[in-house]
Amino acid sequence: MHGKTLLKMRGIYKSFPGVKALKNVDFTLCEGEIHALMGENGAGKSTLIKVLTGVHIKDEGSIFITDTSGADQEVQIRSPQEAQKNGISTVYQEISLCPNLSVAENIFLARGESALVNWRTMNKKAGELLDNLGIAVKPTQQLASCSIAVQQMVAIARAVDMDCRVLILDEPTSSLDEHEVAKLFMLMRQLKERGVGIIFVTHFLDQVYEVCDKITVLRDGALVGEYEIENLPRVQLVSKMLGKELDDMADIKDEVPEFKATGEAPVYEGKGLCSSEGISPFDFNIHRGEVNGFTGLLGSGRSECVRTIFGADKVTGGTVKMDGKEVKISKPKDAMKNGIGYLPEDRKRDGIVGDLSVRDNIILALQVKTGFFKPFSKAKAVEFANEYIKLLDIKTASVNTPIKSLSGGNQQKVILARWLLTHPKYLILDEPTRGIDVGTKIDIQKLVLKLASEGMSITFISSETDEMLRTCSRLLVMRDRKLVGELTGDQLTQATIMNTIAGGDKNAE
Amino acid sequence: MPNKMPSPPKTSFWARLFSHQIVIPIAALLILAIFNLISDPTFFRIVFKENSSGNKVLSGNLISIIDNGSELAILAIGMTLVTAASGGQDISVGAAIAIAGSAMLRILCGGSSSPTELQSPIILAFIVGVLVAMFFGAFNGVLVAFFKIQPMVATLILFTAGRSIASWINNGELPNVPGKEFTYFGSYIPGVPVPTPFLIAIACFIVIFLVMKFTNLRLYVQSVGINEKTARLNGLNPELIKLMSFVILGICVAVAALIKVSRISSINYSVIAKDIEMDAILAVALGGNALSGGKFSIGASVLGAYVIQFLTTTLYKLEVSAVALPAYKAVVVIILVVMSAPTVREKLSRLGKKLRSGKTGAESAKA
Repeated sequence: MHGKTLLKMRGIYKSFPGVKALKNVDFTLCEGEIHALMGENGAGKSTLIKVLTGVHIKDEGSIFITDTSGADQEVQIRSPQEAQKNGISTVYQEISLCPNLSVAENIFLARGESALVNWRTMNKKAGELLDNLGIAVKPTQQLASCSIAVQQMVAIARAVDMDCRVLILDEPTSSLDEHEVAKLFMLMRQLKERGVGIIFVTHFLDQVYEVCDKITVLRDGALVGEYEIENLPRVQLVSKMLGKELDDMADIKDEVPEFKATGEAPVYEGKGLCSSEGISPFDFNIHRGEVNGFTGLLGSGRSECVRTIFGADKVTGGTVKMDGKEVKISKPKDAMKNGIGYLPEDRKRDGIVGDLSVRDNIILALQVKTGFFKPFSKAKAVEFANEYIKLLDIKTASVNTPIKSLSGGNQQKVILARWLLTHPKYLILDEPTRGIDVGTKIDIQKLVLKLASEGMSITFISSETDEMLRTCSRLLVMRDRKLVGELTGDQLTQATIMNTIAGGDKNAE
Repeated sequence: MPNKMPSPPKTSFWARLFSHQIVIPIAALLILAIFNLISDPTFFRIVFKENSSGNKVLSGNLISIIDNGSELAILAIGMTLVTAASGGQDISVGAAIAIAGSAMLRILCGGSSSPTELQSPIILAFIVGVLVAMFFGAFNGVLVAFFKIQPMVATLILFTAGRSIASWINNGELPNVPGKEFTYFGSYIPGVPVPTPFLIAIACFIVIFLVMKFTNLRLYVQSVGINEKTARLNGLNPELIKLMSFVILGICVAVAALIKVSRISSINYSVIAKDIEMDAILAVALGGNALSGGKFSIGASVLGAYVIQFLTTTLYKLEVSAVALPAYKAVVVIILVVMSAPTVREKLSRLGKKLRSGKTGAESAKA
């Protein structure tokens, strides 16, 4: 059903200082095929794309492009220009066109043709091209006044007109609504008819199963496999992306004590919460001493949920009750006043204050809570810092060491210490174990269970499902920015989690 | 990543001093002092003599430095905070001094150009000046914090318009303040042998020191300056803190304006505090503070301000003409700023470490 091979990447290796981003990856694209490239964060999707488009230069391996006569040509791609010369075009998530120019200008801009522009011909040619592709927009319209979907399609039209044979769409749908996505898919199918090979990178499973013909899965920089879409049910895909075979997902959950809610009102109860980050309104509650968690693939909206709870993003709706009393949480300070703590997902960007000492990083949240006019004496601050350095076994030369010179795991412990020092009723931990060594991971999981047994409520998020199974007594499952399920008790197994994440097809169990 | 850090190295007083940023202005000061000591030892002579108004006061080059450098030192306090919080600089302080000074004169002279006696108490004039300067500081702060305009661009507005506003406050007149009391702020208080500007600068320094001791100003400003996102997630309001730093700079501007107008009991709108913003920014840089914001040391900036004045006085002593002065100053400044740049300092400290470890390595090899 597919045409002949168009692009072959063989044995691609790429390393960055300290990381092997790609290890012996093969990738094949045929004419007239929509090929999904799937994988979790850090799997190597974007590195592979960047090697193909000349943004990064591969360490080893070769790239072949089939020329018009049908022979394989090995090509060297060392810059985006070279990629373009070989017929490879990319449309990125953020549109890289000029919003203040017209549609036609954007299509023909900087194509290295002639210095003189015949505006009438240009507009006419652009009009024909757009008609041809069924994009309903006037060539003279200013790009900024078009919807994002149309802008994206203009970017695609530009690529098509540049004789592209391989079109890479990197997360094109993440800022589109359903209607716009449908339009984009129509265009993609048209291009497919014309024999263009499309590489489609997305996090949305539904979309993959709607338009794609083949799936290539990457994990930890290595190729997992290439599959025909009909041979790979959703659950299988999820398990391949996460790297867990369904067989060895026998119940490993044993140590989490069953959580029994008492009659009291929940510590935190939110109804119809939503934020500016575009998650569907969701309900959420947590009781005293409970550990629960949000799970789902990357980009499914699990971090956005907890950010809404903490007021880190702009909260656009919903009501919140804490201990049965209605409260308003619209910014982090409100949440902190109500006894909520939040350890963010991106430690470096949102967690640490790099140049400040371990001591200042530990006391920061409490000092904000106590207010501008109540600073701790230096002795008191050192005492607090030392207490938690000892409690959490933080490896640091002294309390005065800048936090940025600590290892990732120790930085994470410092941020944990910061929140523990505020004695929160409810603590949110978003990926507290990411990028840290195994020993520290286990320390943190143990600590979570200990804190819960002392009465703290904790929401724990981790991309490693078994970590969540070991700590959480209730899991909320997210898919495509919607809360799609809640798992408790016997449902807490790898298999059910994956089925719920994948949704739709149930026959894989 | 090393799992076990080495035990804390024993840090002596000297080692700690050398790792602190204040070492830069101190070193500059020492170099200038040694240079003067060699070229002309009398540079440092301080005598006790009667001045023109009949007071017994201290006089000499050093006294002139601490006298004339004080406005700059006071501005350096506020400029350090603005730099730390916003990662940018306020270039409108000279114009703002003109405005605040003009407002003070308007209150003191009541609108007439040469009144025979003060129309209002000095304290009232000062308070009005402070309020006016705080208002314009807040104007800059709102542009920077809430409208996210680059600090230099935002303050360019007041830099351009400020001196016209100052002139407009007094209808373009240059009022003369009558009486002696008002001159005390820019010269000497009878019976006190130390120039008043220096005493005011010390008072300002003590006030900001106490503010830092009894509030969380330092922690909040540094957190916002280093990582705004983290600061927000820890409950801080970065916009408010940036705004506050500009308002504090406004207060510093008013104090400096009081000294400036007191020195001549009048004002010259186009000349008063001219180019002082560049020296204030330079003082912050000389103090080893990153101009991109973050950690800061006000003491080092204040010292940096006096270093600049020391340099100016030294050049005057060498009979460099007033026209050529900026060029000479620029050369010295380039050297100082390059030496205090974090990348150079890092390289130097690494070199130092290498030398030291080389030495101990050689010694242990011998043993």
